[in-house]
Amino acid sequence: MSDSTALAHEAPEHGHEAHPAYLRHHFENTAQQADAAGFAMWLFLLTEVMFFGGLFTAYLIYRNWYYPAFVEASHQLNVVWGTLNTAVLITSSFTMAMGVWCAEVRKQSGLVLCLVLTFILGIGFLGIKTVEYKEKIEKHHVPGFHYSLKSFVDPQSDPEIYKEYHDKPLALDMARHTEVYFSLYFAMTGMHALHMIIGIAILVFMIFRARAGAYTAGHVTFVENFGLYWHFVDIVWIFLFPLLYLISRHQ
Amino acid sequence: MTDQKEMEESQHHVVSPMIYIIVGSLLLVLTGVTVWASFQEWGNFNAVAALAIAVVKAMIVVLFFMHVKYSSKLTKLTVFCGLFTFLTLVGMTLSDYISRAWGTW
Repeated sequence: MSDSTALAHEAPEHGHEAHPAYLRHHFENTAQQADAAGFAMWLFLLTEVMFFGGLFTAYLIYRNWYYPAFVEASHQLNVVWGTLNTAVLITSSFTMAMGVWCAEVRKQSGLVLCLVLTFILGIGFLGIKTVEYKEKIEKHHVPGFHYSLKSFVDPQSDPEIYKEYHDKPLALDMARHTEVYFSLYFAMTGMHALHMIIGIAILVFMIFRARAGAYTAGHVTFVENFGLYWHFVDIVWIFLFPLLYLISRHQ
Repeated sequence: MTDQKEMEESQHHVVSPMIYIIVGSLLLVLTGVTVWASFQEWGNFNAVAALAIAVVKAMIVVLFFMHVKYSSKLTKLTVFCGLFTFLTLVGMTLSDYISRAWGTW
């Protein structure tokens, strides 16, 4: 609480004991303050919706344009890793929701435990993502100078994928468009992973603050709004998973 | 304006852990369902089913994990307006792409 120019406070009706220290003076009460913070967080999340929405729209349009290329390129993704990652992320959303609850009912050790679990699951998600990225790098499926069309013009050269899908060879001009698929794949999962990394960094900060008791004394706005962010990142993945991994399994 | 009433209206709703457990389990089950559905031969409906399940999952997350079901009208309106604007933009973009060059893609 700023006590700068004492003159500005014309005979305050209350001393600072009359309200919690975290209540800013431009709010009437803590409920109004919490509502304002939640509203602002949602406005931020809506800008994020628009941002990812642009990527999703681009994906839908290009998928319709270069349909055979997108189908065969998506066969390169491993459904088992994708499913496992979805489960990991949903579980981390659950532990985060429990963390918010712990903060609300002032259970400090519970909150720390939930935040640590969310942190571990977040790292686990990125670990699995790294395994997947590594495979793409090894197969030269990262767009750029070293991009290889081999798996698509000659599917039998990629036996692991071929025995599952029996893809027909693509004509060279269509095969080249698999690079568009992987550009969008890396753009979307990469931006999602960046959001996870930022979230994990904030989680580390929160774990230290929570251990010091910062969020279990009534002021839960920070934990709550971080929860909103974390769940939003979960929702992005809920859409990425079927669009990238699942809907092209047949055809 | 009674302070008491104001307090009750803005009283922060604490969602019980039981709801989180049910919602979390439901989300995991739906993940299983969407993977199972992708192994079925439904033609175009594979994509429809996958997206429908994703929308249901996202709605559950927004309503319960993100507390929108228990939030103020302002929050509900904000979320609704944002999603409406988003769907309008996507819809207009896609309708342009679909109708601009019939049959060439």
